[in-house]
Amino acid sequence: MINTMECAVDAQSLISISLRKIHNSRTQRGGIKLHKNLLVSYVLRNARQVYMNEKYAEIYRMQQYEEVMTVCNEIQELNPLELVEDCEEQTGDCCGSATESASLCGALLPVSHQAPSAQHIQPSSACSVPLALQSEEVCKAQEPSFYRSCCAEAYPVSSCDFSPVNSMHCNKTTVLDLDTHVVTTVENGYLHQDCCASLQQCCQGAQSPAKKRKLDFGYYVSEIEEVPDFTPCKRAKFEDSSYACTEPLDTSNISNLISIFGSGFSGLVSRQADLEQALNGQFCSKQALASLGAWTRAIVAF
Amino acid sequence: LTAGGGGNDVQWCFSQVKGAIDDDVAEADIISTVEFNHSGELLATGDKGGRVVIFQQETENKSQPQCRSEYNVYSTFQSHEPEFDYLKSLEIEEKINKIRWLPQKNAAQFLLSTNDKTIKLWKISERDKRPEGYNLKEEDGRYRDAATITTLRVPVFRPMDLMVEASPRRVFANAHTYHINSISVNSDNETYLSADDLRINLWHLEITDRSFNIVDIKPANMEELTEVITAAEFHPHQCNTFVYSSSKGTIRLCDMRASALCDKHSKLFEEPEDPSNRSFFSEIISSISDVKFSHNGRYMMTRDYLSVKIWDLNMENRPVETYQVHEYLRSKLCSLYENDCIFDKFECCWNGNDSVVMTGSYNNFFRMLDRTQRRDVTLEASRESCKPRQVLKPRRVCAGGKRKKDEISVDSLDFNKKILHTAWHPQENIIAVATTNNLYIFQEKVN
Repeated sequence: MINTMECAVDAQSLISISLRKIHNSRTQRGGIKLHKNLLVSYVLRNARQVYMNEKYAEIYRMQQYEEVMTVCNEIQELNPLELVEDCEEQTGDCCGSATESASLCGALLPVSHQAPSAQHIQPSSACSVPLALQSEEVCKAQEPSFYRSCCAEAYPVSSCDFSPVNSMHCNKTTVLDLDTHVVTTVENGYLHQDCCASLQQCCQGAQSPAKKRKLDFGYYVSEIEEVPDFTPCKRAKFEDSSYACTEPLDTSNISNLISIFGSGFSGLVSRQADLEQALNGQFCSKQALASLGAWTRAIVAF
Repeated sequence: LTAGGGGNDVQWCFSQVKGAIDDDVAEADIISTVEFNHSGELLATGDKGGRVVIFQQETENKSQPQCRSEYNVYSTFQSHEPEFDYLKSLEIEEKINKIRWLPQKNAAQFLLSTNDKTIKLWKISERDKRPEGYNLKEEDGRYRDAATITTLRVPVFRPMDLMVEASPRRVFANAHTYHINSISVNSDNETYLSADDLRINLWHLEITDRSFNIVDIKPANMEELTEVITAAEFHPHQCNTFVYSSSKGTIRLCDMRASALCDKHSKLFEEPEDPSNRSFFSEIISSISDVKFSHNGRYMMTRDYLSVKIWDLNMENRPVETYQVHEYLRSKLCSLYENDCIFDKFECCWNGNDSVVMTGSYNNFFRMLDRTQRRDVTLEASRESCKPRQVLKPRRVCAGGKRKKDEISVDSLDFNKKILHTAWHPQENIIAVATTNNLYIFQEKVN
């Protein structure tokens, strides 16, 4: 179990800081520093582990809350006057404890009332929580409640005025292995099936075969011609503005960064047992892990 | 804790400082490696600009025994230049990562210097005579008109001002895909190893067009990469033995007699992680930044972010000694991650008789850890303690609570002032400590 007590920033901020480091390493003199990026990927994995634990705890609480509300509603039909108070109390127990969960509850409950523009959240910034981004790409056709809760909590997103998300899916990436000089072309696949929706549906959603990525540490070339209408989004405001990226990031590169969040960096998945337990042995531990380690691929890919 | 750095209550005093005084540090002047040669007479530094500067110890002045011999500039040369790899669109930094001296065989000195990709063998030789009296050319080198020559003479050597020349004798290139972090000369004086993130190569000093790969930890599928090589060194006496450390905090000892490819280690040194200390940064702080054999070859020392560990080569499951360098930083790891300081690679070194080890820290502090007396002291390399033979006062860091007089609080430490590279004279109590762009030389106080 990771002790988060001594850390001044929360898991989410660590994720964004780490992503920024990986991104910056691309432009540093002397080429990509394999060692440093590997270490950063470990921090990413740890932060993500904590973040997901917190999220699943929230969801579990929310599910309990929903069950309670359902029961309340049923009972309300019998005696509307007496029992509303009870339900509100229980709601408070569920959601009132943490301020974070309050927004989560708020986001989850009136799902149908959410503005549709929230669907087109553009991952324009590497600072954005990739969890939300992944789910955004794939899950928009699926249950929106989960991912939107992620997104809603991550940052209040300003409306973005650019082409639909679809254009992002067409990225091709070409990778050159430094040692063997093998060139591999990989297409963006629907590999981010984790974190989506509820427990069971997540796995089922992963129907498209995971295109095995043959990325390698080394040279990373991306073809950006498929993303012609990419205009930089208004940078999403962060709660912690200090962690927002200060320089305008090349959006096509960011989409490439996102696009490789797919298959696993299974070497980092040595703690799979721990994670599975943390997730209460739930569903997509494998998929979660797969995308978990995906950040390390970011290094690789760079 | 009483003052003392070497065995027997050594007091350290300032001797010299080299480098620019002003606070505005040019990036090229940042010192990146420091190394004494085998006799201690020469002290080499490498910097980020690819330059090597060698200092020579002056022969002791017998009439003034209190004035210990000083190190003065002996030779300066540009070892590496920035390069560009066009195939990969990568710039190759000229920064000197390591310098290693060869044992002296004749009048000339030899050293190996390396940047991220290329190792070079340099010959440093003295010239104190020059030939004069050529028939076909003038003293300035211009050729004489043969028709004007009427007599012949024999050219002779005449004394001249001492000139120290450095010339590249070998260039060992194109053998490393990843960044070279270590070089180590074998005790056989014929071979040496070079290590990058994933591979270790064995070279012959005379042969530049090929090398043997002796360790390769690159996985078939890079997705499965979990650790990289961080340092490597040959055993000081056994020419078949070397060790390499990893980013996961392990050290592997390999025997080259076992097989051509030493992927299978002979020994694996690893200390189990303390689960109660687990944090976001556990992996980073357990990564080993330096590994050094003791002079007697029985122990090795490793440095990770917060500690120094001494290992007995006969015991693999835990170190025999562990010293905390700056444990007060454990609660600051998050900030140190944000400002990248957590990635700093500190080196460590042994004294001549393996009784004391030394390593650097922040705020221009460095730590002397006395193994025999179980004492440790923190000293500072500062321009304020620069009077000749001024004794260094021990420094203390206040981790929390009430700060005593003369203590400095953790939050006041300057994390831009870091001592990553230190070196200890092989025989005497003379140490070289590199701050960002200055080289401090401290000596034992002579009463």
